[in-house]
Amino acid sequence: MTARVVLPGLLRDLAEGAAELPVELEGPATLAEVLDTAFGPWPILASRVRDERGQIRRHVNVFVDGEDAKRAEGVQTPVGPQATVHVINAVSGG
Amino acid sequence: MGRMDTTIVGIGTRKGLWLARSSDRRRWELDGPHFLMSEVLSLLFDTRWETPRMVVGFRSSHWGPSLQHSDDLGATWVEHPEGSIRFPEDTDTALKATWQLVADPHDPQVVWAGTEPHALWRSEDGGETFELNRGLWDHPHRTQWGDGAGGGAIHTVLPSPTDAGSMLVAMSAGGVYNTRDGGQSWTPGNKGIHAYFMPHDEWPEFGQCVHKVARDSAQPTRLYAQNHRGVYRSDDDGVTWTSIEAGLPTNFGMTAVANPAQGDSLWLVPIASDGERIPPGAVLQVQRTDDAGATWRTQDTGLPHPSYTNVLRDAAGTDQHDEPGLYFGTRNGDVFASIDGGDSFTRIAEQLPDVLCVRAVTLQ
Repeated sequence: MTARVVLPGLLRDLAEGAAELPVELEGPATLAEVLDTAFGPWPILASRVRDERGQIRRHVNVFVDGEDAKRAEGVQTPVGPQATVHVINAVSGG
Repeated sequence: MGRMDTTIVGIGTRKGLWLARSSDRRRWELDGPHFLMSEVLSLLFDTRWETPRMVVGFRSSHWGPSLQHSDDLGATWVEHPEGSIRFPEDTDTALKATWQLVADPHDPQVVWAGTEPHALWRSEDGGETFELNRGLWDHPHRTQWGDGAGGGAIHTVLPSPTDAGSMLVAMSAGGVYNTRDGGQSWTPGNKGIHAYFMPHDEWPEFGQCVHKVARDSAQPTRLYAQNHRGVYRSDDDGVTWTSIEAGLPTNFGMTAVANPAQGDSLWLVPIASDGERIPPGAVLQVQRTDDAGATWRTQDTGLPHPSYTNVLRDAAGTDQHDEPGLYFGTRNGDVFASIDGGDSFTRIAEQLPDVLCVRAVTLQ
């Protein structure tokens, strides 16, 4: 089974241009595990999404099958084996 | 443009870094933005490298803080894959921003960083990776240090040029701390600095809102501090302070720049007051002393007025010419340069985002 992590355009250069990263899952996993696997080859990309404590950055949103992970269980949110994970820069700034 | 006579002014702004280059310090070419949409809070031109290494601390409101360096004067940038500054796991803390980057005067590989939250870091690889200074992090006062308007950070790091074990750091709002044992232990150095905003104790051991500290270029144990209401001098390496604000139009401001070519000489950029953050009398100006704060003179030739902008704590710097250039940037995106010690200024950049830090290098 393959979950997908979809990247925002602004971060794709950090993954050699990839728009999405496939993650092979044998069963249920947490969002932290999925992001760790997806971003494993690209630690700078990982640092843009989560801080050194592993928390999703304040103005980054991550949706698991359309559900905002920050409103669910954060990086412990369950991710199904065929889930789509969207990483999106929040609507903020000036 | 020959390298021998090139000056580069790095202009860190709220939305990226620009580099102004000149062969005569009169005509400038602007290159940028680098790091578009990131706040560039700190910049070091490390002149100990044959080609000065640039180290830049920046922060994206979305993607968090980063540090990058360039060994080709901004043509290409390198970010350490594991991150340059990462709080150790046991601190349960995340880096918010790097506010200060300083070359160590004794060890050519060592670079110091001051960060938000309040922490001091030491790099032994020229600013690529850093280690947390535990002496300051574990200080019992740390949980009582407050946040200034920009956040709670070590914003000033001043290693002693003569004593390798001695260093001063300053923070908003915690005040000045000194070490004499290479960073193992730290002692507050705020005696004589008034904290009117602490009515229960207006002369506290710590908690003062120091905005910037500068070290005298001729007497290393002489320091100058621009505080939140108050300008001070220390003649004992940052232990005790006396007011030198008499003769200034106001005692409020953010920045302080020592004259690298002349002892007892310092520039400040006054702000009317904490309640009126515009230039005194709406005249953008620099105040210069040549007698360690005994007297001051206004320098405003070439600066616009009326003006309702101001200059932030790190938005001023000097180059390394024998007659040093003085550069500062404003919150409305102008950058001014003086090559006659502040007697006259010209605008070298305009219409940039808010200027957060300015540093200059003269290529030797």
